[in-house]
Amino acid sequence: MTGAAIAPVTEAELLAYVDGQLPQVRHADVEAWLAARPEEAERIAAYHRQDDALRALFDPVLDEAVPGRLRRVVKRRAKWRTFAMAAGFVGLGLAVGMVVGWQLHAQRVPMAGTGPAIARNAAVAHATYSPEVRHPVEVGADQEAHLTAWLSKRLGTTLRAPKLEANGFSLVGGRLLPGEAKPAGGPSPVAQFMYQTKGGRRLTLYIRTEATNTQTAFRYATEGSVGVFYWIDRNVGYALSSADLNREELLAVANSVYKQLNP
Amino acid sequence: MSDSHRIVEFIPRLRRYARALVGDRARADDLVQDTLERAWNKFHLWRPGSDLRAWLFTVMHNVHVNQVRASRDHAMLDDDGAEMAVAAVQGAGLELRDLERALALIPAEQREVLLLVALEDLSYAEVAHALGIPIGTVMSRLSRAREKLRILMHGVVANPKLQVVK
Repeated sequence: MTGAAIAPVTEAELLAYVDGQLPQVRHADVEAWLAARPEEAERIAAYHRQDDALRALFDPVLDEAVPGRLRRVVKRRAKWRTFAMAAGFVGLGLAVGMVVGWQLHAQRVPMAGTGPAIARNAAVAHATYSPEVRHPVEVGADQEAHLTAWLSKRLGTTLRAPKLEANGFSLVGGRLLPGEAKPAGGPSPVAQFMYQTKGGRRLTLYIRTEATNTQTAFRYATEGSVGVFYWIDRNVGYALSSADLNREELLAVANSVYKQLNP
Repeated sequence: MSDSHRIVEFIPRLRRYARALVGDRARADDLVQDTLERAWNKFHLWRPGSDLRAWLFTVMHNVHVNQVRASRDHAMLDDDGAEMAVAAVQGAGLELRDLERALALIPAEQREVLLLVALEDLSYAEVAHALGIPIGTVMSRLSRAREKLRILMHGVVANPKLQVVK
């Protein structure tokens, strides 16, 4: 080894540099150290390529349909059967059962969460559909115009699916959900848009109409493992849910959604 | 929401990790299935509020170690065995560019660490916790795994320590 670097760089630091786990203050030192050692720089570059190759080889597994036998392990044992697996089946009878189950769940099952109904219901809907591999949405992003027109008509307000590519998320599609019963009149339906990253992290945007014309700040709630940012803007309530993002990441996306819906 | 239900969310990720760990698709799904069964049975051991994903990797690690031990496939967990395999491949003059085959030649304990870091983005501390090993061991296994994989993929022995000449 030749050495012009002042601060010695350890193997552990080189690995941390590759893995994005090196404290920022040491980046310049490591880069200077590598610049003086072409062989070591090539070794570290090869390690970076390993990560890319591993992801290229194995990430497609995330998009494969989960084999029935694995789903059955969970189904057999799930205490929360009504919902968890309802989305896995297609059929009118089951769909009706699911609607009923969803409402029963929202009303009866106590949740150790922190938020109001919109956050709680958005989290339940997120937890129900986001694990789905084959049927996460009713209408896919390939028919986005149809999707937004349909949901807009059912909710009685003009909806748009925000573009979240800048945040690393692309639209998977959306679905219509049963609404919450309101004091006056029957429940109005709710829309859910689903997004995911290349790595399979998902978030859902839950949109419902509000009886009153109000405006609130962003609020945050956790329902089990699902984090939810929710807010009301004029006659529409929004809740952005994810179990894969931390609060700061989710807030960044919520800001992006808010800006796009209020240009 | 039921925390145990959340296990479902992680099935695709468990499958990705298992595929990379054991290679074969059917064996990987067997490992995932055994992991799910065990996770449901042992769910009371999970500490609510802690990272469920990391805990599932711990469960999978334990299941995998037991399976490897049961099959008496000690070579897969034995460092020397793999280094000899590397030498044998090079000695045979074969070019090994197939990442899957290269991965299979790395000892399982090193492969685990590499995959948890590179595929699953776990921090070194999380890997240490998930596998129940000191962080220094995480670093040494990761270092060896990366270097072996590099050699296997390029057929270049840069580190004389890894040269096995007998």
